[in-house]
Amino acid sequence: MTRISGALRSPLTFSVLAGLVIGALFLLGTGADPVTAYEAVVTGALGADGIGSTLTTGTSVLGLALALAIPLRAGLINLGGDGQMVLGGITAAVTGLYSPLPAPLTVALALLAGLAAGAGYAVLAALCENHLGVPLLVSSLLLSYPAVSLASYLARYPLKEPGSSLPQTRALPDGVALPAFGDSTVTLGLVLVALAAAAYWFTDKRTAVGYEIRMTGLNPRFSAYAGVERRGLTLKLMALSGGLAGLVGAIGVLSFPYRFVDGSLTAPGYTWTGLTAALLAAAAPLGTVVAALFFAVLQVGGLAMERTTEVPRELTQVLQAIVIVFLAARLRFPSRWFGRRTRESEAV
Amino acid sequence: MFLDSDLLMSALRALTPILLAALGGALCERAGVFNIGLEGMMLMGCFTSVATSWFTGSPWLGVLAAALAAAAYSLILAVGAVTLRGDAVVLGIAMNLLAVGLTSFLLRTVFGVQGTFDDPSLAGLPLIGGFTPLAYLSWAAVAVAALLLSRHVWGLRLRGVGEAPDAAATLGVSPAKYQYGAILLSGVLCGLAGAQLALGNVTLFTENMTAGRGWIAVVAVMLGRAAPLGVLLAALLFGLAEAAGFRLQGLGLPQQATDAAPYVVTLGALFLTTARRRRRPRTTGAVQ
Repeated sequence: MTRISGALRSPLTFSVLAGLVIGALFLLGTGADPVTAYEAVVTGALGADGIGSTLTTGTSVLGLALALAIPLRAGLINLGGDGQMVLGGITAAVTGLYSPLPAPLTVALALLAGLAAGAGYAVLAALCENHLGVPLLVSSLLLSYPAVSLASYLARYPLKEPGSSLPQTRALPDGVALPAFGDSTVTLGLVLVALAAAAYWFTDKRTAVGYEIRMTGLNPRFSAYAGVERRGLTLKLMALSGGLAGLVGAIGVLSFPYRFVDGSLTAPGYTWTGLTAALLAAAAPLGTVVAALFFAVLQVGGLAMERTTEVPRELTQVLQAIVIVFLAARLRFPSRWFGRRTRESEAV
Repeated sequence: MFLDSDLLMSALRALTPILLAALGGALCERAGVFNIGLEGMMLMGCFTSVATSWFTGSPWLGVLAAALAAAAYSLILAVGAVTLRGDAVVLGIAMNLLAVGLTSFLLRTVFGVQGTFDDPSLAGLPLIGGFTPLAYLSWAAVAVAALLLSRHVWGLRLRGVGEAPDAAATLGVSPAKYQYGAILLSGVLCGLAGAQLALGNVTLFTENMTAGRGWIAVVAVMLGRAAPLGVLLAALLFGLAEAAGFRLQGLGLPQQATDAAPYVVTLGALFLTTARRRRRPRTTGAVQ
């Protein structure tokens, strides 16, 4: 009994419920029946027609949610997911197109190359914070734009598929693809991301490093006193974070439609949905997985809702943001995201 | 000729939205509130100005509505961060996300279109001497903000609230009141920035049309150290980068290179200024 009332009082439950209620008001405002609409979201995302699509979207959302949760656990916000993911994707595409190795080895090489590209780019943002004093939040975000532009340029000019009017690279050679389950679009990528989640859970719960990261997130000054070296930690966590984002990009390219299509990685907003999921779960491993899958259901179900009720699918994006607004207003996270923030948290 | 008066003119046009938003951000920063919701507030301003201008036929009502709507939107940050003492960073990120979703949602429910709303009968702002009235207003706002912060009681108290809230409270100055004031003003300024973007620079609304300009404004606040004149110089830098980008595109450089130019220039400027600032000797043993 007390557990149930405690759960109802928790800011998390409150925020999700408040989001659903406000979403229902929006639906009423557009003249739709909220019950029908929410039903359409759930059946559309989890029914036989939608589950494959939910798992495909879920692979990317979960991957980026984990990527952003890992530094967030130590109080670091990486806003450069788009750039890291897109660089991972384009690097995997180049590797896939030009590697002389047999197909299975090329796939592995492309995954590693994507991971390395994302990690390397994220480390750049960490170096900006460590050595130039530019807050990670800002450096990672600003670095993201040129990376997206670069990938866009490559897909539109040097690597463009000849004769195609679409901004996309040539298709990868036969066999250079992640194995899919049956005839669905769900690939081995889902397993890779799930393994990453398991590794994150294990590290967080069972290892000294995970403890250090959590302590840094809860109280950076205490952890510095206890001997955690902050710059090194920032560097390592950003490398992991960017690496995962790059891996998600590579998985996207090595799955259907087996090429890099300009905008296909950034347009669905995986980075922001992933960040929202990580924030919702306060970066806890299991919570992040649940929140990411919840948002994947919303995203895919939103399309079904649009078909049955004619309510624009953008409503699900509104829902996500409302949940976080409520949560942020009631919860306080450690304040080391911005250089001068310690003063501000004492201010109010 | 690459550097000519045309380039300066287009730089001045490009800087207006950034400048307005960054002035708002600077006021918040001075009051001790980190506002990264500028992007979302601007986007709300863009949509409201276009919708109002379309339904009333008056771009002026569009500007007014944009200022009011963005100010109302900024209340989320004020209530969340000041009254409920939530996390301003997370709130700002959520506000930016919410604005993208909300404006795209409204674009489809109100206008029934996806992507872009563009109509020849949509009334934009008039140009006076090549600039919209909002551009002149933005320059005046720099002077007003500078005087306010350096001379006027309100501005001095605002700074006091940001620098030593406890001391301000002891003197009977309510930090919350000043922080609310700064956040609401930043909402008004971001609303105007949005109106300038949607009815001045162009006359249309596109999903996510702020495209990172609110973030550039956040950086401009950092670059200009939250001082109005500093912010003006930082915004000018961005304006020049954008204008030079367009010029280079005309000379045959791919669009992607010019898209990236403002961010690269901003980042570069950030490196240079923070690196210079860091070389000065530290007076206190900073713990971090």
